[in-house]
Amino acid sequence: MPSNKSVSDAPIVQFTNCRILRSHQLQREDLWVREGKILNPEKLFFDEKGSADIQLDCKDSIIAPGFIDVQINGGFGVDFSLATDDFKSGLDLVSQKILSHGVTSFCPTLVTSPPSVYHQVLPQISIRNGGAHGAGILGAHLEGPFISKEKKGAHPEHCLRTFEAGAFQDLLATYGSLDCVRIVTLAPEMKRSSEVIRELTKQGICVSLGHSVANLSQAEEAVQHGATFITHLFNAMLPFHHRDPGIVGLLTSDKIPAGRRVFYGMISDGIHTNPAALRIAHRAHPKGLVLVTDAIAGMGLAPGRHTLGQQVVEIDGLNTYIAGTKTLSGSVATMDTCVRHFQEATGCSVETALEAASLHPAQLLGIEHKKGTLNYDSDADFLMLNDDLYVQATYIAGEEVWRQDALGM
Amino acid sequence: MRLVILEDYDQASEWAAKYICNRIIQFKPNQGRYFTLGLPTGNTPLGCYKKLIEYHKNGDLSFKYVKTFNMDEYVGLPRNHPESYHSYMWNNFFKHIDIDPNNAHILDGNAPDLQAECDAFEKKIEEAGGIDLFVGGIGPDGHIAFNEPGSSLSSRTRLKTLAMDTILANAKYFDGDLSKVPTMALTVGVGTVMDAREVMILITGAHKAFALYKAIEEGVNHMWTVSAFQQHPRTIFVCDEDATLELRVKTVKYFKG
Repeated sequence: MPSNKSVSDAPIVQFTNCRILRSHQLQREDLWVREGKILNPEKLFFDEKGSADIQLDCKDSIIAPGFIDVQINGGFGVDFSLATDDFKSGLDLVSQKILSHGVTSFCPTLVTSPPSVYHQVLPQISIRNGGAHGAGILGAHLEGPFISKEKKGAHPEHCLRTFEAGAFQDLLATYGSLDCVRIVTLAPEMKRSSEVIRELTKQGICVSLGHSVANLSQAEEAVQHGATFITHLFNAMLPFHHRDPGIVGLLTSDKIPAGRRVFYGMISDGIHTNPAALRIAHRAHPKGLVLVTDAIAGMGLAPGRHTLGQQVVEIDGLNTYIAGTKTLSGSVATMDTCVRHFQEATGCSVETALEAASLHPAQLLGIEHKKGTLNYDSDADFLMLNDDLYVQATYIAGEEVWRQDALGM
Repeated sequence: MRLVILEDYDQASEWAAKYICNRIIQFKPNQGRYFTLGLPTGNTPLGCYKKLIEYHKNGDLSFKYVKTFNMDEYVGLPRNHPESYHSYMWNNFFKHIDIDPNNAHILDGNAPDLQAECDAFEKKIEEAGGIDLFVGGIGPDGHIAFNEPGSSLSSRTRLKTLAMDTILANAKYFDGDLSKVPTMALTVGVGTVMDAREVMILITGAHKAFALYKAIEEGVNHMWTVSAFQQHPRTIFVCDEDATLELRVKTVKYFKG
C-alpha cells in the first residue's frame, strides 16, 4: 500500500519482529521510520491513512537508541589532541570506525594541550549530523588545561593553566574559539572558577568537574553556578571520605538546585574502576550515570606505544599507562564493550545498561527531545543488538550505516 | 437466535474468532466486493481479537478486502488518549493486521459537528453496501454499543449521554477517577445494528449473566436494548458458562443439546 501523499512522499519503513527500548522498557513493538525520524504509526494510520512501504524483519533483535560518547580522545591511530596536517581525515576515520561500536554521536575530546593546538584543531571540528560517513559530531569536549596539578593524571604539567589572570578571557584566549565546544572539564577549586562556570553555562556549554582536588562544598558551589557533569568519576579526584566525600559526594548531595540533575561519566572498562565502586556509584545515583569510553588513539589498534597529546602511552590488553609508569591514561575499550561490562558488573537490566550510553548522555547535553530515545519524532539513530548486547547493525537518520557481516568481522 | 455456550472465556473467544474468520473466507472478498464487519471494544472481545491476529499472522486470514465500522467512540477525549476507542482499536487490532487504513471507520468524537459526523457514518455504511456481520458486546445494564436503557430500539447513529452504570464500569480505565470518565459518546443506534445481515453478540463472565437473562428470556424492552435482537433474523449469542448463570436450565439444555 502506498504511503500517503498529502503529508510526505518519502518512503516509510517498518521494522518488525523486534523489541524496542521505549519508556525505559524493552517492548515488543514495531519501529517506524520516515525521513530520518521515528514515526508515530497510529497517527499515520488515522490521520494520513498511510501504511508502510517497506517492512524489514529484524529477527527478534533488540533495537536501542544509538550510543552517545561524550569523552573520546581518538582511536585507530588518531589522536584528537595532535594538530596534524590530516586532522580532518583522522576525525573522519574515527567517526566512521566507531559506528561498529554502536556510537552514532560523539564529542571529540582534547586533553590538556598548548594554546597552539586548540587554535589549530578546534576550527577543524564542526558540529555535523552523522550518516554513512560516520557518527555525528555534537561538539568538542575540552578536558583541561584548567585543571589541578595534583590530579593531572596523564595530562602534561607544563600546559596546565589557571584562571587567576583573566578568568573567562583567559579561557577564551587559550581555546581560541568556543563555537563548536560542547563540554569543558575544569577543576572548580581554582580561583575565579565560579565566574568561568557561570559564563560557560550562559553560553550553553556543559561544565564538567574533573582532575580536581575540590572538596564537596567547592563541588556543590560549582554545581550551583551551573556545572552539571563529573568527568570520569573516581578517577583524578579525591577519593570518597566519609567526612568529606569530595566530588563523589555530589551523587547524593542535597544542595543540587531543584529540577537539576548531576550526571557523572564512568569508564566501565573493568580497569578504571573496581566493579564494586561502579556498583556503589550506580546504586547511589542510577539516573545520573553516563558511560564514556575515554578512548585514546590506541583503541582499535594492536598493543604497543601510541601518543595521547603531548604524552606517549603504552597499551597492553585493556590497560593503558603513561609509558614507563603506572598512571592510567585513557582507555582502549569500545563503547559496546563498556555497555556489556557495565551490565555484567552491576547486574542491572539490559534497559538500564543501554540507557546509560544513550538516554543519559542525551539528557546531559539537553538533546533528549531528538537523540538518545526512540520516541516519536526523534532522530532515527538506532542500533540492532543481540541478546548479549553485541551490535549487529547501526542506523543513522533511518539509514543503515554499518552491519556486522556474516563472518563476524 | 443461536445461543452458543462454550466452557470458558478462551474457548468462547476462539469460537467467535473462528466464526468471523470463516465468514470472511467463505465470502471470498476481492477488490470489487469487500466484506463489511462491525466491531466492538471493551474487555470482552480482546480474546477474540487476539485470535484473529493469530490467524492473520499464520497466513490464514487477510483483512485486505475487509471494511470495518466500529460501534462507538467517546466524545471530547483526544484521539491519541490511551483510553480512546481509536487507541484501543490500533493497539489491539489494526496495528497487527493488513487492513487498509481507508477502510477502518471509527466515529470521530472530536468532530466539530457531532450529528453531521453520525449522519456521515450512516452514509458510509450504506455506501459500503451495509454490514455483513456486526460483532457486539453487552453492557451490565443490557446495552448494545452505547444504547443505554431507554434508547429507542429503532435508533440510528447519534450522540448519547452515558448512564451512571456505564460511567462506573468505565472508571477503572481512568484511574478510578469518576471526573475523568467521558460522559458522552457517539454510538451506532440499535436500528443501525439491526440492519446488519448477521449479528454476533459476545457475552462472557458472571457479571453479564443477568443482562443476558433479560436480553433473551424476557420480552423486547428498551430498558435492555440487546433484547431488540430477538427480532433479528440471524443473531448468534456466544457465551461462556458463567454468562449463563441466570438463565433457566431448560434454555441452556436446549441450546447445548
